[in-house]
Amino acid sequence: MARKKFQLWPEPLVTGALGRPSVLSVLATARTFTLDGIAARPVRVEVDVHRGLPGFAIVGLPDAAVREARERVRAALVNCGFEFPLRRIVVNLAPASLRKAGPGMDLAIAAALLSASGQLEWEGLSRVALAGELALDGSTRSVNGALAIAEAAREGGAEAIVVPAENGPEAALATGIDVIPLEGLGRLSALVAGEWEPPRPQALPLRLGSAPDGPDLADLRGQPHLRHALEVAAAGGHSLLMIGPPGAGKSLAASRLPSILPPLAPVEGLEVARIASACGRLGETLSGGRPFRSPHHTISPAGLIGGGSPPRPGEATLAHRGVLFLDELCEFRRDALEALRAPLESGEVSIARAASRRTLPCRFMLVAAANPCPCGRGEADPDCGCAPVAVQRYQGRLSGALADRIDILAAVRQPSAAEIGGGAGEPSADVRARVTTARERQERRLGPGRCNAEMTPAEARECALSTEAAALLTELYSRQRLSGRAHDRALRLAQTIADLAGSEAIGAKQMAQALQLRRRDRG
Amino acid sequence: MVEPRACLDCLRRSWLLAALGPYIEKIATGAVGSRSPELLRLSNEDLVAFAAPKVATRLLGGAAALSEQHLASELLAAQCWACCRHGDLYPEGLRDAADAPWALIGRGDPGLLDGLEPFGAVTVVGSRRATSYGREMARELGRELAAAGMVVVSGLAFGIDACAHRGAIDAGRTIAVLGCGPDTAYPASHRSLWRRICEKGLVLSEFPPGSAPWRWTFPARNRIMAALAGMTVVVEAAARSGSLITADLAADLGRDLGAVPGPVTSRASAGPNSLLAGGACLVRDAQDVLDAMLGAGAERIERGGPILDQDLADVLAAVEAGESGCDGVAAVLGLSGADAAAALSRLELLGYLTCSTVGLYSRTLLPAPTSAAI
Repeated sequence: MARKKFQLWPEPLVTGALGRPSVLSVLATARTFTLDGIAARPVRVEVDVHRGLPGFAIVGLPDAAVREARERVRAALVNCGFEFPLRRIVVNLAPASLRKAGPGMDLAIAAALLSASGQLEWEGLSRVALAGELALDGSTRSVNGALAIAEAAREGGAEAIVVPAENGPEAALATGIDVIPLEGLGRLSALVAGEWEPPRPQALPLRLGSAPDGPDLADLRGQPHLRHALEVAAAGGHSLLMIGPPGAGKSLAASRLPSILPPLAPVEGLEVARIASACGRLGETLSGGRPFRSPHHTISPAGLIGGGSPPRPGEATLAHRGVLFLDELCEFRRDALEALRAPLESGEVSIARAASRRTLPCRFMLVAAANPCPCGRGEADPDCGCAPVAVQRYQGRLSGALADRIDILAAVRQPSAAEIGGGAGEPSADVRARVTTARERQERRLGPGRCNAEMTPAEARECALSTEAAALLTELYSRQRLSGRAHDRALRLAQTIADLAGSEAIGAKQMAQALQLRRRDRG
Repeated sequence: MVEPRACLDCLRRSWLLAALGPYIEKIATGAVGSRSPELLRLSNEDLVAFAAPKVATRLLGGAAALSEQHLASELLAAQCWACCRHGDLYPEGLRDAADAPWALIGRGDPGLLDGLEPFGAVTVVGSRRATSYGREMARELGRELAAAGMVVVSGLAFGIDACAHRGAIDAGRTIAVLGCGPDTAYPASHRSLWRRICEKGLVLSEFPPGSAPWRWTFPARNRIMAALAGMTVVVEAAARSGSLITADLAADLGRDLGAVPGPVTSRASAGPNSLLAGGACLVRDAQDVLDAMLGAGAERIERGGPILDQDLADVLAAVEAGESGCDGVAAVLGLSGADAAAALSRLELLGYLTCSTVGLYSRTLLPAPTSAAI
């Protein structure tokens, strides 16, 4: 890859440790970033070294990890052969009003300190961004959000960014900026002097499709209805609720859903990578394309949609462009599910705290699973010993919890012995091909990146309906067994089924299927 | 087919009533208003002298001056026709009433009056502020009675009346009796229903085209509704509803009285429940009405669902055999998931199945058609 050659060091000049003329105070600045949600905020490190009682103070709203940088920087400098100046050192992190968090500012503080104390003559320091944590021996450790930091550095006009070697491939995903991997503080002098030039890292391969050796839908045997529901859900981006006894294959089906979703667009892939990078889990996620998140039902609202100070992304954001699977929907905390409502509608989480307001993306497909009754067997099963009142209460929770945000209801049953012993089902690749074709039709109609589940009511009413399909829908609607919202939902579902079938107008059979798949408002 | 004809005197009476509208409105308020039919027993001269003594001469003179040609042209212009108590088309039921209208102005099919006996018609009335239960019951009663060959009589008002008409109009014959001229859709929001009844059924009134509704004209038209039919069914009515006036009038004429029971806590059902307590006939469905009017077992209503083709019948049989989910049906019949879903959905729409909140199907009470031979 042809790379812009950038000269960090116009005139190599390294002075001796104490070779500078004595001045009252020396100031040096360096640029670094602090992670806020999934975005990197620019921070300017100002180091002032002047005479006085020896001391080392960090100001500018640092959190505990930043304040402890004092000890790490001191040890790292000494262990790398530099001198820790016995003077009064003040490190200011500007802007002073922004809370700084994490250890990622160690490297910038160390570089600015070296520059201020005259141990490193680095003229280009203000044009370079640095991010990285220091070990006591001076080696660098990886930081979270290297991709976002590299992108923010590019936006801020920096010409190069110095990152820990481990973060190199991740940061190299950001194009248009020179990424310099650094193994340790000891190499800094050589780097600045131009004596050593590290090899530029290869960008992490961004895999957009799912992993070929990942879970495959072929594992789901029999269950034609569930397969159909999964395919429709994937094709239109519809949210899905599976109800059935434990062990019937609900979790198995949900975990196979990412494999039948169409591959990510490159832009979407970068969005996913940015979120994964901010959470320090880039390698893990990129192995499988679309993320699949399955939080435990004890999760708190903040864990689900994000929160804390500074705000950290929650499971909803981690599932961006992928699948959020809520197993045992009825067991989830009500406030957690309530918190999920608005993000489901808008595709982004807004975390408002006293100090700040952050918006995180979260366009995910909601897939939920629940048992039909507290014991899980279902009323139809003679072994079910649940009292009718208990069943009623349980199903009442089902209709309360996010129910109006769910498009498809799939009743799952225990597959028969013949089905379990039978051959493997249709593999993911075949289903994915149909889903991808259906999505392409939707994008042509609705615009890039949009799917049927996101149709506005006005768009849904513009769907081309055959006369028989319209008659079916009108009949159900006029019998008052369908609310206005359910009417539009049925239209969206029918449009998806028509897209899967490749037909221009919604036929009667497709409408009938949509009406069967729709979630029931009441018993 | 009997041609609608009316004699001049009877027609003049109609026009005179329209001219008297505002005068009677002044005297017939409160309790008098609800008994307005009694006023209409009076002869022309007595009525005018009682309601509008100051302008008596002018009104009587004006009525006497109406020529046959003038009245005929006015009826023609409003696409109406008229029949009077001296004619053959005049319904038998109205002859029982002392206060019966002299002439009836109609718009729509006069054939509905031809040979209309009281036992061939049912009046369905009820509150304008009806609950969804009442509306559903009225629609079902209207539909089933009309399908069984009965003429369904009601008043085109909001709520129960409109639902009874709507149920009946597609299944058979219905008559709307208005308190204004038959060429006026009142209430105006029922214009489309009024137009359909004009086309497929019959709109009747004792008032001439173009006359306005007054408060006293509604009890007046109630007496026509009560007299036309052999049975009056009150679906829903509050304790002091106008529908109970119709019920009283029907009882005075010796007609059968039916009431649809409702929750004892529901204000909307207070009227029919008290009628039931007073000995009215219990109406649960159209069969009860037919049994009361024609004698038990005289006519059976077949209430089977629509005929199913073989594929749907197979799916229904699978559900009856105990399969409750889409997957189970698909597995038993060897269908694809999509086909099974479509079939179950259609059966649900046809009323054979219901679906629970957890997506499991169960059979409804609707009996399947016995023979799929048709």
